[in-house]
Amino acid sequence: MAEIREKVDVCVIGAGHAGCEAALACARLGLETVIFTVSVDSIALMPCNPNIGGSSKGHLVRELDALGGEMGKNIDKTFIQSKMLNASKGPAVHSLRAQADKQDYSRSMRKVLENQEHLTIKQAEVCELLYEKIYDTDVTFNNGGSSEATREAGKLITGVKTFTGTIYECRAVIICTGTYLNARCLCGEAITYTGPNGLMAATHLSDSLKELGVELRRFKTGTPARMDRRSLDFSKMEEQLGDERIVPFSSSTDPDSIQKEQVKCYLTYTNEETHRIIRDNLDRSPIYAGIIEGTGPRYCPSIEDKVVKFADKKRHQIFIEPEGLYTNEMYLSGMSSSLPEDVQIRMYRTVPGLENCRMVRNAYAIEYDCINAKQLLPTLEFKNISGLFAGGQFNGSSGYEEAAAQGLIAGINAAMKLLNKEPLILDRSESYIGVLIDDLVTKDNREPYRMMTSRAEYRLLLRQDNADLRLRKYGYRIGLVAKDIYDKVVIKQRQIEDEVKRLKETFVGAGKNVQAFMEAHKSSPLKTATSLAELICRPELSYEDIEELDTGRSDIPLPCDVIEQVEIEIKYEGYIERQQRQVEHFKKLEKKLIPSDIDYDDVKSLRLEARQKLKEFKPISIGQASRISGVSPADVSVLLIYLEGKRA
Amino acid sequence: MQSTIAAISTGLTESGISVIRVSGDEAFSIVDKCFLSKSLEKALLKYSPNTVHLGFIADNNDEIIDEALVTVFKSPRSYTGEDTVEISCHGGILVTKRILDTVLKNGAVLAEPGEFTKRAFLNGKLDLSEAEAVMDVISSKNDLALSASVKNLNGALSKRVRAIRQKILDELSFIEAALDDPEHMSLDGYRDDLSDKLDGLISELKALISSADNGKIVKEGISTVILGKPNAGKSSLLNILLGENRAIVTDIEGTTRDTLEENINISGISLNIADTAGIRESDNPIEKLGVERAMEHAKNADLIIYVVDASKRLSDTEKIIDIVKRKKTIVLLNKSDLSTVVSEADIYKAFGIDNNITSGFRIIKTSTKDISENFGLEEFEAVLNDMFFGGIIGHNDEIMITNMRHKEALSSALSSLKLVKKSIDDNMEEDFFSIDLMAAYAELGKIIGEAVEEDLVEQIFSKFCMGK
Repeated sequence: MAEIREKVDVCVIGAGHAGCEAALACARLGLETVIFTVSVDSIALMPCNPNIGGSSKGHLVRELDALGGEMGKNIDKTFIQSKMLNASKGPAVHSLRAQADKQDYSRSMRKVLENQEHLTIKQAEVCELLYEKIYDTDVTFNNGGSSEATREAGKLITGVKTFTGTIYECRAVIICTGTYLNARCLCGEAITYTGPNGLMAATHLSDSLKELGVELRRFKTGTPARMDRRSLDFSKMEEQLGDERIVPFSSSTDPDSIQKEQVKCYLTYTNEETHRIIRDNLDRSPIYAGIIEGTGPRYCPSIEDKVVKFADKKRHQIFIEPEGLYTNEMYLSGMSSSLPEDVQIRMYRTVPGLENCRMVRNAYAIEYDCINAKQLLPTLEFKNISGLFAGGQFNGSSGYEEAAAQGLIAGINAAMKLLNKEPLILDRSESYIGVLIDDLVTKDNREPYRMMTSRAEYRLLLRQDNADLRLRKYGYRIGLVAKDIYDKVVIKQRQIEDEVKRLKETFVGAGKNVQAFMEAHKSSPLKTATSLAELICRPELSYEDIEELDTGRSDIPLPCDVIEQVEIEIKYEGYIERQQRQVEHFKKLEKKLIPSDIDYDDVKSLRLEARQKLKEFKPISIGQASRISGVSPADVSVLLIYLEGKRA
Repeated sequence: MQSTIAAISTGLTESGISVIRVSGDEAFSIVDKCFLSKSLEKALLKYSPNTVHLGFIADNNDEIIDEALVTVFKSPRSYTGEDTVEISCHGGILVTKRILDTVLKNGAVLAEPGEFTKRAFLNGKLDLSEAEAVMDVISSKNDLALSASVKNLNGALSKRVRAIRQKILDELSFIEAALDDPEHMSLDGYRDDLSDKLDGLISELKALISSADNGKIVKEGISTVILGKPNAGKSSLLNILLGENRAIVTDIEGTTRDTLEENINISGISLNIADTAGIRESDNPIEKLGVERAMEHAKNADLIIYVVDASKRLSDTEKIIDIVKRKKTIVLLNKSDLSTVVSEADIYKAFGIDNNITSGFRIIKTSTKDISENFGLEEFEAVLNDMFFGGIIGHNDEIMITNMRHKEALSSALSSLKLVKKSIDDNMEEDFFSIDLMAAYAELGKIIGEAVEEDLVEQIFSKFCMGK
């Protein structure tokens, strides 16, 4: 059989949300890239929920956009409802979420991929990773002569081989296999060995990975049933509408261009009868019957899990969301399940509005191979396999946005490596993406990792409204953000700073008209001359409100996004400053780097557990070391003292 | 490999015994070279951990220096966490120095000041505040500072700080959880709840800080006051407890006009016990003064022993009850040998306590008339034991902050908590609370070394004057 051999720079395995971002990043940076998928029709498939964004996930999308990723632009093109969540809460937890037309989303992303220069789409199952071993040479001198000994120092990726035998030689491989590796779907007793939506699973790659020394594990996740819209009674549910003024995810999208009619979503609730049916049939749930060995996500639990874990709750929310404009299928958010079909239909029919529901697709759980990401560097490259990168659910995360963010970073860093440039490692104080990746590679996660607001300790600084100000510079440095787009953010930054300064330095006296103004706005009268900034600090006053007192304000109004930042900076100044101090402390430890050739056996006073963990995780900084579970502050002190001693 | 260190651990004065401590990987083999066991020939390494052996210490010319006891500690169960040998020899300066010299010649290096403690810290045997307390103990200028340091060494400060941190952490995790799971965790009414909890934490921190400010003198022992109406048998009680006629006892009411203080030890628990004048209205200016003093004493007491004459009806008890109510109290129904008219129920009623299992309020029937019989001393001891070891009355629970670093950390934690209060008052959204809660948590972590500090290294280096 004649063997086909192709030569490219980068191979991306999988064309889900991670794979798409990874492949686009590499191709856009000029690297010849091929992206493999088991089905071209499933590019950027949304096999579970029909939305992008949401609490903390919206932040990820904004950040991805600032770095030059595609997800934000794609959802802006294909959303059918949009809402800023938590708008009544503090600015740190505001989060954008959009309902997507799933097919449109997938199609639109496919179009972007298909038209990307340097990018090739290939429908094929990759079943083998090709590599070479790398050796270190130790030279020892004795009695005037020298002797050489070699030892294996790691592996180097050289290419991939598809099921049909074609070999693609390459310098970097990015694994984004999502939930497809050795996947099996469970619906009660019915088990199929497929990926999501009945798509073909990838069954060969796992063995190749094991041969490379990659440790695999099983995770599970699940999805609820889809209902025929015509079988639902929406009059028994609460309508959920989108925002009046739609805000785009991507800063390159013109807000005026996306104002459109939006679809409705609905809210209903489970009840005691639903819970009784679930409880009575728990023995038929593959998870509780012990058939599923994978660990599921705690924060996106199946309805079975919720009923068991929140036994005292009388009801749980169920959001009914359209899957798209050209389908009658409705998604039941909050009610994923792996119970058998007969139990599912009985349970769903207890929910108000769902009494006569017909299931188009059953709910099911899916189990798949993935890794513990502690095997990865913060660049998302494997520690001992040069050129092998990984992103997305394969790394033990859950969610489209988490996947896309990792895919982008893996793609960027694979490209940086091939281009001999500095890698991109975002830290916890500058982005949710940094938090996500640091958590994945540093903590021993035992369940699918979901992004959450509470995971970001410096979240007041990591708002969704300032992602461009935080990260666009990196996108520009890397080459994924064009100069003119970058310049815009530089100008924005300057406008914000100038305006804040002006407001702090402009004072109004306690004159008659000012006091009248204060009274009219139900604000206490001024005692002395007060800066405009101090006025904006008052909860009852805004930048807009004080316009009539602000005689020095420019006639050409500042852009809305500048005013938004000015207001946040002034109103929350104290908090922002305090958080920044915390960040400074954090940065100090991040900057204390641990040499990669450190011999932990030489650090005498380390506890055994800490020594093992440090050897295993190989942290790059004292900061990262301090976050490894099993490494105590005392151990870190020991390490600090050791490094100090080495330096002296 | 770390060197094995040795030093004389006792003061260099003529004393009964002196101790030379040797710690490190080579501790056993180094001492082996100079220790001749009386009973066993085998090497120290083969001895069971934590055992003491009699033998001789000889110098390198095999000349016996002294007869000595050698205590063997095996890693990690030693002060430093390393293999450790302690040689207890006769306390002459010359002998002690010769033994140390021998050990040094055999391969140990002289320990630098605080080096044993440094190793204990590095090996995770002590946390930072405990390690610092050791340093404070070593450098203590007076008994009082010493006792405070010893308390910190025992982890009292760590324990308090840990408890406060845990409370802060509980609030933090609640807020965070509610942010991410608003469906299942409601923040309704949480602000008021948090505000109350913060008040408690703020006053706890203030108390700790003020202990550093005024260096409050706390005597050892539980401050105990005997209180009761005249001629209830208070002084007899004191005498029984003391086992001597310290107080003048008569049948005449008001015999005790002033407060008598004694330190007594009841089954290992130290009481600073004060007998006071009987509480009654009196025109006698001396007695009046005595009563005032008694009340004053009672207010500051950790424990009150309220002696009631059970043979007489309760009357005019308001003044006493008013004070006793707020205190940990043991009520003695005295003169129970006579025909009693006051029952336990009467006492509960008088105190307005309906639940008679309040652990801080106990009643015992006693007789102080006859020492040998029926006093109820055993029961009194049992109750005292129970209250003490049950943590109801503290063995003076004041922890003294002796270290400026600790005080600073406590002060910053305090101001952070105040900022949270302010955020609540300013009606800020809940997620703003966590910034300052986090800061307070981190500050307190500095005290016990739970927060990783970049400059910790410098702190330790300077504190222990090592390195260079």
